[in-house]
Amino acid sequence: MADDRLVIAGREFKSRLWVGTGKYKDFVETQKAIEASGADVVTVAVRRVNITDRSKDNLLDYIDPKKYTILPNTAGCYTVEDAVRYSRLARAAGVSDLIKLEVLGDEKTLFPDTAGLIEAAKILIKEGFIVLPYTNDDPIVAKKLVDIGCPAVMPLAAPIGSGLGIRNPYNLKILMESVTVPVIVDAGVGTASDAALAMEYGADAVLMNTAIAGAQNPLAMAEAMKYAVWAGRLAYKAGRIPRKLYATASSPIEGML
Amino acid sequence: MQAPIRIQVNGEAKDWRGGATVADLLRELDIKAERVAVELNLEILDRAMFGQRSLKDGDRVEILSFIGGGSF
Repeated sequence: MADDRLVIAGREFKSRLWVGTGKYKDFVETQKAIEASGADVVTVAVRRVNITDRSKDNLLDYIDPKKYTILPNTAGCYTVEDAVRYSRLARAAGVSDLIKLEVLGDEKTLFPDTAGLIEAAKILIKEGFIVLPYTNDDPIVAKKLVDIGCPAVMPLAAPIGSGLGIRNPYNLKILMESVTVPVIVDAGVGTASDAALAMEYGADAVLMNTAIAGAQNPLAMAEAMKYAVWAGRLAYKAGRIPRKLYATASSPIEGML
Repeated sequence: MQAPIRIQVNGEAKDWRGGATVADLLRELDIKAERVAVELNLEILDRAMFGQRSLKDGDRVEILSFIGGGSF
């Protein structure tokens, strides 16, 4: 798998599993889970520094930006203005132009507001950002995002944190065939088989957070996800057999008594 | 010594000394400049400007950094 690199906007990534950093018990667990997952892209949120309690550690003390690609996101932004503002702050706080752009529609579903997403993406691309948009499993919206200059798209498998797995595999498959850029399935994965399935469908990578952080044993699940993504990728490249309704014997008839 | 001022830092009022810079404020708060973004009255500052921008009465400062989160 060493030569099977994912390339987005000229950047090479070793891992096809990308992970979030939320919901862990503490930074040590976050660090260990990321390590176990083998991910080299780690998404982070941008928030106010706690100025009254400075005893709290900084996440970047545990996740070395030299070792991992830090992918800031605009999680929690419900308007174009907020998403653009947080993107600019993320760039100012970090070292790169990468942004995982989220413009959310409502709190109950956390589905993307795709109209707002396209609008925000246009503004940010003009400012030189490398925009990786969190979008719906809608092939037409994905194509529009690519047309305006997104070097990858990140469609959801199911609502964020729901663990429902891939709810619309056919849409996702059409989406993957509709765009020429890498597709990173983002959100909704519940367990290893969901991740493997996404990769078997032809996803270029999978991004998850809750499925690992919320598992009974996050470190074990992180490792399971690593192998699931590998297995799914290998199976996709190997090319599966067609589905048939009836049996096809795998042992020869010849030589039978 | 300049007259004391009152500024807002991350939404909280803070009494501060006039003429001090953003870099001074970060030092006082024990915040590493290379880990944060600073917004002064809605304008995002270049890190190189932290030592040059002095604060005045009524300024609103936002200091942000990366935290755990994302695709929850």
